[in-house]
Order: sequence, then C-alpha cells, then structure tokens
Amino acid sequence: MNTPADMQIPKPQVVKAEVEDPFAAAMAGQDVRGRSLWVDAWHRLLKNKAAVISGIIMFIMLLLVIAGPLVSPWEGDFTDWDNTASPPNFETGHWFGTDAVGRDILVRTLEGGRISLLVGLVATLVSLAIGVTYGAVAGYYGGFTDRIMMRLVDIIYALPFMFFVILLMVVFGRHIVLIFVAIGAVNWLDMARIVRGQTLGLKNTEFVEAARACGVDHKAIIRRHIIPNLLGVVMVYVTLTIPQVILVESFLSFLGLGVQEPMSSWGALVNDGAQDMESAPWTLVFPATFLTVTLYCFNYIGDGMRDALDPKDRA
Amino acid sequence: MALLEVRDLRVQFETPEGVVQAVNGIDFHLESGETLAIVGESGAGKSQLVMAIMGLLAENGSASGAADFKGQDLMQMPQKELNKIRGREIAMIFQDPMTSLNPFLTIEKQMTEVVMHHQGLGKHEARGHAVEMLRAVRIPDPEERVKQYPHEYSGGMRQRVMIAMGLLCEPDLLIADEPSTALDVTVQAQIMQLVGELRDKSNMSMILITHDLAVVAEICDRIIVMYAGEMVEAGTVDDIFYRPRHPYTQGLLASVPRLDRLADDELHTIPGNPPNLLDLPSGCRFRDRCSLAREVCFEAPPLQVQDDGCMSRCFIDMNSGEFLPVQSNSDEDNTGEDSM
Amino acid sequence: MNQEGILRHSATRLLGLIPTLLVLITIAFFLIRMAPGGPFDSEKLLPPEIRANLDAKYHLDEPLVQQYFRYLGQIITLDFGPSFQYKDWTVNELIARGFPVSLTVGGLAMLLAFFVGTSIGIIAALRQNTAVDYSVMGIAMLGISIPNFVVAPLLILVLAVYQGWLPAGGWDWSIPRMVLPVVTLALPVIAYIARLTRGSMIEVLHSNYIRTARAKGLPGYLVIGRHALKPALLPVISFMGPATAGLITGSVVIERIYSIPGLGSYFVQGALNRDYTLVMGVVIFYGVVIILLNFIVDLLYAWMNPKIRYDEVQ
Repeated sequence: MNTPADMQIPKPQVVKAEVEDPFAAAMAGQDVRGRSLWVDAWHRLLKNKAAVISGIIMFIMLLLVIAGPLVSPWEGDFTDWDNTASPPNFETGHWFGTDAVGRDILVRTLEGGRISLLVGLVATLVSLAIGVTYGAVAGYYGGFTDRIMMRLVDIIYALPFMFFVILLMVVFGRHIVLIFVAIGAVNWLDMARIVRGQTLGLKNTEFVEAARACGVDHKAIIRRHIIPNLLGVVMVYVTLTIPQVILVESFLSFLGLGVQEPMSSWGALVNDGAQDMESAPWTLVFPATFLTVTLYCFNYIGDGMRDALDPKDRA
Repeated sequence: MALLEVRDLRVQFETPEGVVQAVNGIDFHLESGETLAIVGESGAGKSQLVMAIMGLLAENGSASGAADFKGQDLMQMPQKELNKIRGREIAMIFQDPMTSLNPFLTIEKQMTEVVMHHQGLGKHEARGHAVEMLRAVRIPDPEERVKQYPHEYSGGMRQRVMIAMGLLCEPDLLIADEPSTALDVTVQAQIMQLVGELRDKSNMSMILITHDLAVVAEICDRIIVMYAGEMVEAGTVDDIFYRPRHPYTQGLLASVPRLDRLADDELHTIPGNPPNLLDLPSGCRFRDRCSLAREVCFEAPPLQVQDDGCMSRCFIDMNSGEFLPVQSNSDEDNTGEDSM
Repeated sequence: MNQEGILRHSATRLLGLIPTLLVLITIAFFLIRMAPGGPFDSEKLLPPEIRANLDAKYHLDEPLVQQYFRYLGQIITLDFGPSFQYKDWTVNELIARGFPVSLTVGGLAMLLAFFVGTSIGIIAALRQNTAVDYSVMGIAMLGISIPNFVVAPLLILVLAVYQGWLPAGGWDWSIPRMVLPVVTLALPVIAYIARLTRGSMIEVLHSNYIRTARAKGLPGYLVIGRHALKPALLPVISFMGPATAGLITGSVVIERIYSIPGLGSYFVQGALNRDYTLVMGVVIFYGVVIILLNFIVDLLYAWMNPKIRYDEVQ
C-alpha cells in the first residue's frame, strides 16, 4: 500500500576535490584527491543516528533468526504437553512462553522470522529483477516503446493489487515459491517507474552527452555512467520495498492465505496470537513486536540511505 | 541622521562542516536619497549582509552588530516589529524573478495584499494602486494582466512586477539584490533604467547589490567593495572608478571587457578562486590572489579611512601607493584606523 | 484557468480509462477461472445430471472465451450476474449491501487521515528539528510500520476488553461501533500523510516566493495560510489516489477483524469458495472506484495548480 510518492531521484554527483583551493594546488603540482559519491554518502549515512541504530538492530535480528533456532533447546513443532499456553518463564526454558499446544513461542518467532525475512528478500529481488529490466528498457529506448510500456504500468497500477495477490494464492495454492513470485510480480511497478525515470534523466545528462562526444560506446556508457547512478536509487528502493513485501506477506498469512503449516511467518503467528490474545497475550506480543521492529528499522534505513545519497531531499 | 547606519555587522552560519563566517564586521551608512552599491564576487557575503538587516536569514544563520534604520536598531527588533517595516518602509527585490513570485496566486492577490495589509486599503482601492504601479513599470494592459498568474509573465516582466510590488507602499529604502543578473542583457538595461527613473521620481534611497560594474556607474552614488565577507574598499563612484586603491578593486575594474581594447589583448582575470570560508588564509584574505602581495600581508591589514569617507583595507597606503610600515596590531579584527 | 483545456483533458482521460478497465476485467476473469475446482464443488455430491444442468444454467459448459464475451456483454449492462454462493442473491444486490458499509468506514478513515495527517505534518514542519518534530515523526514512522492487524487486536484488547469503552466489533451503523475500525484503518494513512505533508511544507517554506512573502512584511499566519498551504498540500492531494487503493486493501483485513459485513469480507469469502461472479463483481467494482477516484484527484490537482497545461508532457 505504501507508495513512496515522495521518492525523489537523487542527482548524480561529480567528483569533489578536498583541497581548499584546487586551482592553486594543481598549479603547484599537488595531487588533488577526489572523494567519490559513495564515500560521501556512506559518511552521511553514518551520521544518521536513527539509520545506524536501525542497522545494528537489523544485524542482531538477522543473527537471531539464523542462529537462534539452532541453539535453542526447543524445536519449532515440538509440543510440550506439560507447559501448554504458559506465560514466559525462565525456569521452564520457555522464555517467550508457549502457545495453546505447547510450542515454544521464542523458537516459533525466530523461525517465523526466517520465513518473513526470506520472503522479504526474495520477493524484493523478484520485483527488482522485473522492475529494473522493465524500467531500464523503457527509459533507454524512449519514445513510443517507453510510452506504451509506461501506459501499461499506469493501467496495472490502478488495479487493486492486493485482490490479485489473494486471487493468485487462491488459484494456485499456497506454495512458498508462489508467494515469492506473486508478491514480487505485483510490486515491481514502483521500481520500474523509478528506474525508467532515472534512465531517461541519465540518458540526457551533460556528462553522458560529453562521453558520447568523446566517442565512448554505448556499452561503456551504460557500464560507467548509467549503472553506477542507478545503483544508488535502486539500493534505496530495495531497502524500502523489503518492509512493504513483508507486510504484504503478513496480510496474506493473516487472512489464512500465506505459508502453510508447519512453516510459519510472523503474520501467521500474529494471526494465531490474536485469537488467544485475551488469555495468552504473549502469543501475540512477541511476534508482533519482532515484526514491527523489523519494519520500523528497514524504513529508517531506507530513509537514511535516501537522505545520504541526496541530502537536499531531506524530508 | 543617516537613514541607515550599520555598525560591525557579522553573519555566521552553522553548517555540518563547521561555522562559516559569511560577513565579518561591516560598517556603512546610507543617507536619504542616496544610492549605495555593494559589489563583489558570488559568495562575498553581499546578500547575507542585507538578509541579516532585513531579518530574513536562514534558520542556521545568526547575526550580530547593529543596523539603525531611522534611529531604531533592526537587529534587535522582534519579528512582529520588523514585519511593520518590511514591505512598507524597506522593500526588497530579489535576484531570481522566475521563482520569487508565488505560482499559485494571481498577480493581483500578491500585489494588493501588501497595501491591504500595511495601509488598510480595501480591495478595490488596492487593485487600483496595483494597476497604476504596473503601468508605471510599463507592463502593457495592466487591468487585464493583473488577474493573471506569474507563469503567464516573462522573466523581465516578473521582475517588473517585483519592483512594482516593492514600491507600492512608497518605501524609504529599496534593497535590490542583483535585480538584473538573471535576465537577458537587453532586459537588464531596461530594468536598471526603470529602477533609476523610479528612484529619481521619489527620492528613495537604494542599496543595489550587483557584480555588474557598468550598472553601478550608471545609477549609484557610492560603492562598497566586498571580498570574502569583508569590506575591502569604499568610496564614491568617481573614487572607485578613477582611483581604485585596493588591488582587488583594481583587478575587478581591469577585468571588465572594454570595447576600446585591441582585439589581440587577452582578457584580464584575477587568478585563483575566492577562499573557502571554512579555512581562511591568515592575514589579508586576498593575498593568495594579489599580484602585489608581500610578507607583511600575512598579518591582518588595517582599514584606512579618509576624511572624505573613502576606505581601503590594505597595507598599501591610499595616498602614496607605497606599503605602509608594519605595525603589530593587537586586535585581530580590521576596525582600526591607520593614518599616514 | 483554461476551461476548454480542462474539458479536453477530462475527456481524454476518461477514454483512457476504458483500456484499464478491460485489462482489469480480463485478468480477473481468467485468473479466477484458472482456480482448480468450480463453484459447486463444495456442495454435497450432486448427481451428474443435476450438475450438468447447473453448469448449463450458468453457462459453465461453454468454452472459456465464449464465457468471457458473454460476461463482457453483461457488464456493459451493469449486470454482474447471480452469486454462486448465496443462491438467492445477485451480485449487484450483494454489492449494494456491502458497499455502503465499506464506503462509510473507508470514507471516514480517509477524512480522518487527511485532516489529522496534514495538521500533524504542518505542525512538525513549523517546528522542524525540535523535540516535537522528532517525536511526532518517530510516532508516524511507527504508524507506517505497525501492520493494522497488529494494531487492531491491541486496540480491541485495551479499549474494548479491558476498558470496555467501545464494542469489539460487529456492525449496526452506530457510532461507537464505527470508531475502532475507522481509526485502525486510518492510522497508517495518517502517518504517511503526516510525513508527506511535513516534507512538502518544509520544502515550500524554503522556496523563494515564501522569502518574498516574508520580505513584504506579511505576518506568519498569512505567509503560511495564504502562500504556503496550497503548494504544500498538492503532493498530498496527489496521494489521495493511491491512498484510496490502500484503504481498500486495508479494509479487507479490517472487515475480517472487526466482523464488518463489507465488500472486503464478501470478496475473501468469494475467493475461497470460488464464487466467480461475486469475486469478479467486487474486483471490477473496486477497480472502477479506484479509477474514478484517481480521475477526480487528477481534476482536483489540475484545478489547484494553475501551471498545469493539458498536454501529455506530464
């Protein structure tokens, strides 16, 4: 649902000299050290406290979901009949408590995290692949091709995509690969638009014109000028798409159309937890918190990257 | 009493890279009916100087010093009081006419609100004034055009509207920040001629910021030359044009392309770039680019002031053209007088 | 303002909507038909003759393409056909029952989101980089990040179960029952609009024409109200289109959680039960709503922005 209508295309920067008077320095034969766009952006990103903290949290989260289930004494589908629906308790070893059939919530949450993050990553890559290709082709060829392709995007954009995802899940069943494809296939539109806009802009920049005037061929232009400048905006967009995708998957799971048992995702866990929320609120709170924190952090990181790559866009 | 008297005005900005001293102690005065030019390269601090006087600095900017307008210090005034002076007694027009008008409001709205707010006029009266003013700045068909939007005007016309808007309340002082820079050359001439005419009709004082010396010669009485946030020379138009003292001023004048030069002559330039305000050279800020610089220029040069009001911030004596004997001044700031 | 320009623009846009609709209908049609199983599979095992009769009655025995064109013909006359699930009802009737409910919840949510969101955004912009700004934006970010199916149970738990101030769900057109669903639905949109408004307002406040307004000696409220507000809100207006789509999406979950008999619920049920006509009907109906709303937003935007010239250069 979140369409980044405020997404601005970062302007590519030329190399900036660090010396205070480069003219005099050059005249004196000194080396003028350049500072590239990426180093600049990285420094700016590091200054963004919110983004840095979010990054650290995400890193910890990643470690937890990968390593956690491996070191935990409990298996995700092990039902501890002695401790069904019991609140968090260090002694029993169920730090997050158990659900109605005695499964350890901590392990379930971490394993659910694996699925949610995996879906986030893979579906985003799918939408990245489709979107970047589509957008680059439209932007590069321009003209009629571009108009038709973008018209198609406009049309699809107007459709209530969630409904189509639901339809897809209903039609084809609930295989996890299908989930990757369905969400990705529906989410590529924004990426295509951004990439196309960026490509169009880049094609017409003065430095590309200059490169062509110097006789640089198409392939080299694409390699040296277009792709590096696309990378930035794509990276920002990928970081902002991941939480969107995780959200969509959660919606699906909540409606009962997501991953199938015994696999679980945060959305499914929240759904389960919501059913028992009066009697066993911990079944809801922990997965919900993990889900929310993840989305929160990704949003801040994405915002931070966008600000770092084009500080004038600070929102 | 002078209409405007500025004393030790300083402006600085907080940036992520440090504190930038954009204006470093400027003094000047302006009499009624006088036109003062502030000349200098981009980044010299000219705009920030007047923005500080008007109270329009950006959030990360702060100013100190005094700016007495009709005896009241503008720098100490709260915004509410300043609002009564801005637009009514002091008007300002800016460099970029293409973006200085609100694209979402009609010209009429933007013009009438000035007189309606400051002078309490009703809508009809206000519109009448606006139309008259548009006629005075030679906008054709003003009754119709006043209802249009800015995007329906050309750049030159928009600047005329800005001028008209500024003059609506008949201010005592008009500050024009590079009013013709963003326009075509022919339009530049028209605009400046217009400004001069209007000024003559009303005995209005004016501060004109520009880096176009030709314009200065046409309509100004006195000139202040700024470099890297400091005033380096000041004097009447004749003084500056015929007897420039400071090497920078001399360089500026020499850089103006002339029709009477031989075609083979190279264009004169001042080598180098203005200094990075975060990392200023010690002593004279111009020494890196000055062809006359000596060792003594690593010290802060004195501000020489003459009785006729001419000033020069340099070690080269204003009268003799020789270097002044070195004096170890204890104060770093260049407000000391030096005679000889 | 160019009157005939607006007319010409609207006409072109309206015509452009038709291909969109066609694509929508076609995709939905073939998609739902691809689902294994038919609408009558869940019935008790029917004898083959009756099954054949039912199929014939609903034209399910015809080739797919023929069914498609038959359906298109029906659509043009605005007849969505009978529901397969609810035997005594036509889809039109079901939509007529469900839509007002969804419209009320969605419409109120939209109003709430707009007014609360823009207000918050403007306040944050005016207090940029202060504690107020950071905390408000932090909460807004939270609003975007917490999915509504997490917020809803929490709200229900706190407000309905523990405190007992509001009913936990159900629908009877009474105000107390509307509060929770509307608020839950609106929250992420409020957050997004707040961020959008803040960014836009900050940018506008830095523009040259605001500097001019200040230099004219206008007091703060006039600078903001007369000069800054309209340009700052333009991106928010533009966002109303996607926002509607988002609200419709969100309504599916909200209606499920709060047990509200709106179109979203019907859709999900229909999808699960292979009720072809109902699913198609809802998808098309909502599609039309989104398309129409985008169209209205376009017009509104053009009306507010005197710079718009009505050509395709946009």
